[in-house]
Amino acid sequence: MTKAFIYDAIRTPRGKGKKNGSLHEITALSLATQQLEALRDRNNLDTSKVDDVILGCVHQVKGQGADIARSAVITANWDEKCAGVSINRFCASGLEAVNMAAAKVMSGMSDMVVGGGVESLSRIPMGSDGGAMGVDPSISFDHHMIPQGISADLIATKWGYSRDDVDAYAVESQKRAANAWDGGRFKKSIVPVKDQMGVNILEHDELMRPGTDMQALGGLNPAFAMMGEMMPGFDFIAMQKYPELESINHVHHAGNSSGIVDGASLVLVGSKKAGKKQGLKPRARIRAFAEIGTEPTIMLTGPEAVARKCLGKAGMEIGDIDIWEINEAFASVVLQSMEELGVDHSIMNVNGGAIAMGHPLGVTGAMIIGTMVDELERADKQTALITLCVGGGMGSAIIIERV
Amino acid sequence: MKHFTLEIDKDGIALITFDSPERSMNVLSQDVIDEINEWVETLTNDANIKGAVITSGKGAFCAGANLEELGGQFAGFAARMQDDPQGAKKDMFDAVFRLNSAFRALELCGKPVAAALNGLALGGGFELALACHARFAANDNPKLRLGFPEVMVGLLPGAGGTQRVPRMIGLMNAAPLLLQAKKIKAAEAVSMNLVNAAVPGAELIETAKTWVRENPKAKQPWDADRFKFPGGGPWTASGFPMFAGSSAMVRKESYGNYPAMGNILRCVYEGSQLPMDAALRVETRYFCQLLLDPKTQNMIRTLFISKQAIDKGGARPASQKPGVIKKIGVIGAGFMGAGVAYVSAMAGIDVVLIDRDQEGADKGKALTEKEQAKRVKRGKTTQEKMDAILARITPTTDYGLLKDVDLIVEAVFENSELKASITKMAEDVIPKDAVFGSNTSTIPISDLAKASSRPENFIGIHFFSPVHKMMLVEIIKGEQTSDYAISRALDFATRIRKTPIVVEDTRGFYANRCVMRYINEGYNMLSEGVKPALIEQGARMAGMPVGPLSLQDEVAIDLAYKILQQTKSDLGNQYVAGKMDPIVTAMIEKYDRKGRKNEKGFYDYNGREKSLWPELGQFAVNGILDEQPSAAEVKDRILYAQAIEAARTMAEGIIADPREADLGSIFGWGFAPYTGGAISFIDMTGIGRFVKRADELVAAYGEQFEVPTLLRGMAKAGETMYGRFGKSTTTYTKSSLNKILEKDVVKIANAMGIDAHVDDLKADTIAKILAAQ
Repeated sequence: MTKAFIYDAIRTPRGKGKKNGSLHEITALSLATQQLEALRDRNNLDTSKVDDVILGCVHQVKGQGADIARSAVITANWDEKCAGVSINRFCASGLEAVNMAAAKVMSGMSDMVVGGGVESLSRIPMGSDGGAMGVDPSISFDHHMIPQGISADLIATKWGYSRDDVDAYAVESQKRAANAWDGGRFKKSIVPVKDQMGVNILEHDELMRPGTDMQALGGLNPAFAMMGEMMPGFDFIAMQKYPELESINHVHHAGNSSGIVDGASLVLVGSKKAGKKQGLKPRARIRAFAEIGTEPTIMLTGPEAVARKCLGKAGMEIGDIDIWEINEAFASVVLQSMEELGVDHSIMNVNGGAIAMGHPLGVTGAMIIGTMVDELERADKQTALITLCVGGGMGSAIIIERV
Repeated sequence: MKHFTLEIDKDGIALITFDSPERSMNVLSQDVIDEINEWVETLTNDANIKGAVITSGKGAFCAGANLEELGGQFAGFAARMQDDPQGAKKDMFDAVFRLNSAFRALELCGKPVAAALNGLALGGGFELALACHARFAANDNPKLRLGFPEVMVGLLPGAGGTQRVPRMIGLMNAAPLLLQAKKIKAAEAVSMNLVNAAVPGAELIETAKTWVRENPKAKQPWDADRFKFPGGGPWTASGFPMFAGSSAMVRKESYGNYPAMGNILRCVYEGSQLPMDAALRVETRYFCQLLLDPKTQNMIRTLFISKQAIDKGGARPASQKPGVIKKIGVIGAGFMGAGVAYVSAMAGIDVVLIDRDQEGADKGKALTEKEQAKRVKRGKTTQEKMDAILARITPTTDYGLLKDVDLIVEAVFENSELKASITKMAEDVIPKDAVFGSNTSTIPISDLAKASSRPENFIGIHFFSPVHKMMLVEIIKGEQTSDYAISRALDFATRIRKTPIVVEDTRGFYANRCVMRYINEGYNMLSEGVKPALIEQGARMAGMPVGPLSLQDEVAIDLAYKILQQTKSDLGNQYVAGKMDPIVTAMIEKYDRKGRKNEKGFYDYNGREKSLWPELGQFAVNGILDEQPSAAEVKDRILYAQAIEAARTMAEGIIADPREADLGSIFGWGFAPYTGGAISFIDMTGIGRFVKRADELVAAYGEQFEVPTLLRGMAKAGETMYGRFGKSTTTYTKSSLNKILEKDVVKIANAMGIDAHVDDLKADTIAKILAAQ
């Protein structure tokens, strides 16, 4: 089997996913186009030698519909022989795109493939693509489907994480993200977003609130208590799946959940031969990747399960991983994963995560792969495992190794 | 036409009057549907007719489908399901879709049609009105209600109800009608935009005709070009959260136990995305799918067919004729006696309410006053009616007033001597043919009857508390109780609109004996280390209205404690302690936790809120289990413990008719209604599987799950409880049998024990089936 290598990884800064966010005035197509242009230009890439661009994107409607990956290949003036495909595995779409890119290379059917993602939540908000999962009674009624926030609170209840536990985690995320930015740890991969005139419109992650403390978070009201306890009462649906619980402890709020942001990210994956032909130096090797389905009501326990599966594929142990990245969808998700895997917080999400910097859904997986590629080099470490929890009860993971 | 008349007035407006001969109520039977098709065709093709008004010649408009006929029709398809499932299902669809296509043809007839609802219109009757282009309702008929009772028997409004109502008023407003069987009055229907106007009955036809004259181009909104689903369909920003929330709201209450609720949601969701013709086909498919579900079949059998039969006095001995109870005496004006007096006076019976002193008797009557005042305040009755009801109750201490009563209900303390002296005092006064009923729940009737000079007229009439809310009454036969006494007790129970079941004289009779098993299983699990929340929630998920610990709190833990002490002293050395004993003892002796009555029991009570007492873990003998059982395991323990006890009562002959056992289980102690009752649950599981599972439960948890020996034999023989103990409840009509293939008619006949062959004439076989019914 051909080995798959990562040659480059870039991302946009993350803009607030609201009407007052800096990237609101930039289309998703433009975000993806600018990333493709940057990837080509900084690597002197002969794009006719790139087989495909796979972009994760959760809401594939309106400006993100009709295969935005192919659209961006055209607008970035890449060689027309390079194809494009958009995919959706919810929050892990960006990571899944890289996994698929790797799979194409490893199978020998492609030589060089871009994996990544694009999502403009300020323009195409969550829920825009509808979907049977939430509204068709054949799944929502028959299979105890509940919103993610309730699932996150369900995890906190089941594993006994208090409001203080999750808030403390959030404070640490903000601290680490601020340190990482201050220390220039993201500078290798950040590509500023330009406006219609070519002026930089965003150069840094704009959602961050450095200096957030327990007191500030303590003032926030639980975000999911109303829909859980009152209308329409999702807690009761959760408890029909977990009847040993007498109630759900609503601990999550805007400050300890991932922020809603816009952004795009790319990871260049190829075989050794294909890289050599283009004069590129590999930065990391993809050791293994995996995806898994888990119980869909609690929904967000996939990271532990898929990490174990991925380690198994790689023939590795938990202790063989130097640094970990588990997407901070909600604080309880990372706490539960760390507890079940026995991974210490000191090697988990070392540069902060989505609680501080935001979670551009279909993009995040690719972004945090890039973060780990940079961090392995900076900290002189060997191995990293990156994983995300996924809607509908899934998990996706990848293990990379510095070369 | 037999069921409808059609008169055309000078303006060319047809007045179609629904008035089925020889029926007190208009229902949508097959021959009625034939005639609807007939007049819809006339309406469409007769150029002299410019429009139509549909009304009824009876006090009510139409009560909906004929469920018994539907059951018979279904049995025909069921008989074919094994050999030709595709064909049987297709034919079933066609049969059910007939009404939908008739109504669809009505709304597309090209002429304006208005419904003049002079009275109650339920189910298919309401759906007929909704297929008209306008509706007017009488505002002076107090019995007029509009609604869909289908979901109560596990069905869905299958003649367009799930499609037209949401298209008129949106999902959220339609939900209470479709999913909770909410019935509305004329004024409410107008405010919900389901009815155009409410007018006096005398003006109804003319109002409707005026509307027809003024709206020659009437069209349903959904047949107009720019129709928009009210409130938004599932793919709109406003509709999406409603559709998403509806699943949760319905599951929260129903625990997903009722297939009809899921299918109603499916009909609305899928139908909202389709044009009407396709939407109606989807609705019919989901309706047929429900008919094929054993839960629905059980619910229809118990909650509709059996209930109607038993409520009419179906348990009456064959030798007896129904009679009327005009006046009763209630002795003991405590909470139970006061309740009996109340429901009796409500039903028009004169009541002599006796207590030791006048104050006690007056206090008993005050319950009626309090409850009626509430109803007046809510507009459910009038002051005049309340006064008339109160006037029927005479509170007194004078036994002399009992001289002309038809029946006595004795409801004094559970004390044999006291009851004996009251029996004597009453029998000195009451007529010789009056029946004496005791509302005891613990003392054998035959023992109490020893004090009676007329033990043949002595009987148990066991009410459940609170009397005005609980529908079940157990009629208990003592050793010498006559058929006459049973019949009179049934006369009384049917008059006060209760569901009376006849039970042999045994400790706990039927309902209390079974419900004890339910509460005990809660104690057992608590003692074994199952988390209290799982016990309670698992029970509710199994379909019980409240968890066993919650129920014990309502019944009162100190009562359980007293019974425990009594049983211990009665049995002496032979007493075998149960898992509940140390729990009950500690709750009372150590913690003074009596239940709801002193606001601390298995739950802590805080006004309307309650939460499980956090200290319950101490009762787990070996600590709370690390590995908690699955919800499915808890549900099985809950349902099997009760169903096995119910099976024992049938095996012992305590209760003879499975219909009564099923009704008793649902209305006596709330056994999961979606099963059709405790006995139907066994049949639905299949006795073979039931016995096998029960044996596993015996091995895991104890002998409370030991099935009666009878069931083992029945499992081997492939019998069912209804097959062995019941009478055939399916009734076939000639027309339904004629529509079934000949070989299937023979199968039905053979299943009924009739000698019939495919070589026989089909008409002869059908005649034999009809005769056998």
